[in-house]
Amino acid sequence: MKHASVLGLVVALGASHALADIVAPTEVVYENGAVATSLSGAPGDPDSGAEIMNKGAGNCIACHQVSALDHLAFHGEIGPPLDGVADRWSEAELRGIVANAKLTFDGSMMPSFYKTEGFVRLGNAYTGKAHADGEVAPLLSAQEIEDVVSFLLTLTED
Amino acid sequence: MGIRPIALIIAGLAAAGTAWAQDSDEMNIEGLEIVTETEAPEHLENLRTIYSGWRFRTDETQSLQLDDFENPAFVFIDQALDAFDEAGANGNACSTCHENGPEEFAGFTAAMPKVMDGKLTTTEDFLNGHRAETQGEEPWKWSSQDMQQMVALIGLQSRGMPVDVAIDGEAAPYWELGKEMYYTRYGQLELSCANCHEDNYGMMIRADHLSQGQTNGFPTYRLKQAKLISRHNRFRGCIRDTRAETFAEGSDEFRALELYVASRANGLSVETPAVRQ
Ligand code: HEC
Ligand code: HEC
Repeated sequence: MKHASVLGLVVALGASHALADIVAPTEVVYENGAVATSLSGAPGDPDSGAEIMNKGAGNCIACHQVSALDHLAFHGEIGPPLDGVADRWSEAELRGIVANAKLTFDGSMMPSFYKTEGFVRLGNAYTGKAHADGEVAPLLSAQEIEDVVSFLLTLTED
Repeated sequence: MGIRPIALIIAGLAAAGTAWAQDSDEMNIEGLEIVTETEAPEHLENLRTIYSGWRFRTDETQSLQLDDFENPAFVFIDQALDAFDEAGANGNACSTCHENGPEEFAGFTAAMPKVMDGKLTTTEDFLNGHRAETQGEEPWKWSSQDMQQMVALIGLQSRGMPVDVAIDGEAAPYWELGKEMYYTRYGQLELSCANCHEDNYGMMIRADHLSQGQTNGFPTYRLKQAKLISRHNRFRGCIRDTRAETFAEGSDEFRALELYVASRANGLSVETPAVRQ
């Protein structure tokens, strides 16, 4: 794993705790939409990534077709099919797209999965009620983003 | 923007073989022609053609709407017909004044909501106000079956007539507010009505086939819930699904949104009561 600039600062301040390796949603450094280093400081788990593609706050196949997940019913058509996506984008680019696709695709319909501010009428999950004051959790955690990215990296054409 | 059209084209190609876009079926209910596709009204900048939600449904769901004996909403229409004759607190029934029956309301729904006495008024508002004044009755709750079956009975009297709501004059400020809401990206998913129903109608979103989100068939009978669904209930559900704090049924915001969404269907036939999955 490359631990580049973002984490460098934290380490320099003397933090040695494992949590210190997690880059907060508001601290992510995007370069042309791409994010160079792991958001959790740890590698991703592609099997867990495949689960997140199907369920919960990820539910990527609501909008994307993925042949590798053919065993699951109902793949959406809003975004492009993700087959071969690892041939089209680098790991850093994929991490940036999953964390905040709007920085790669201006005005994209794709939700920003690692973002915690700037929402209009933020709700409390799917209850329709207002989000209580206090900390906002991103749609996916740092580790979940890494898991999804590691799964996407398995999607090559050959 | 930029990349979006390409992404959509790719998605469309990949989807070849699966159902996408509206079908080409025509609707005729026992001899009554229903317009399910027509040129978009001029005030609608981003669509050339508007389609009824019926065109996006499966053949099975579609067929239920073609025969009033099979349309499950008619159980509720019958109940509303009974209610039309029931005496209210002061002894008056609707039929006491409306001696010719609900047929007197032909054309009413096609122009709703509209500004009445300086206030944007929906059919629900009209019914509750009128009940209080003429029958001394308590208001019905917005999405209650008592309310929605009467809204459906009144709507049925306009079936086959073109939706024709006014958006100018006194209605203009409400319409502007509704339009602004339609294009606002709500909630943690940051999705607007337009993202789903204007940019992506015809596409699958998970197991759902997106329509243009038109309201000309409301109240609709929803098979999944086995009851009549109000317009505001549908709006609430769609906004909730963006992980947003939704608006209340009967709120001024939803009145304005109702006017704007209704205006997007100007030219399509009223289909009340439609059947949905
Ligand atoms: C509500 C719809 C939606 C959801 C949910 C969604 N996406 Fe997307 N995604 C899009 C759209 C639309 C694009 C195309 C970019 C554009 O034009 O905005 C896209 C583009 C992408 C791309 C670039 C694909 C390429 O070949 O260029 C990747 C990778 C991607 N999404 C991954 C994901 C992952 C992983 C998830 C879930 C964690 C996800 N998406 C959830 C709509 C969505
Ligand atoms: C995340 C996607 C999404 C968003 C955002 C969304 N909707 Fe929907 N809407 C749906 C789906 C899915 C359905 C059911 C299938 C259909 O009829 O399109 C639906 C159905 C509807 C219907 C019923 C149409 C019919 O023929 O029965 C209306 C009306 C509607 N939406 C209005 C709206 C309005 C107004 C907004 C914004 C306040 C909105 N929707 C936002 C996904 C969405």
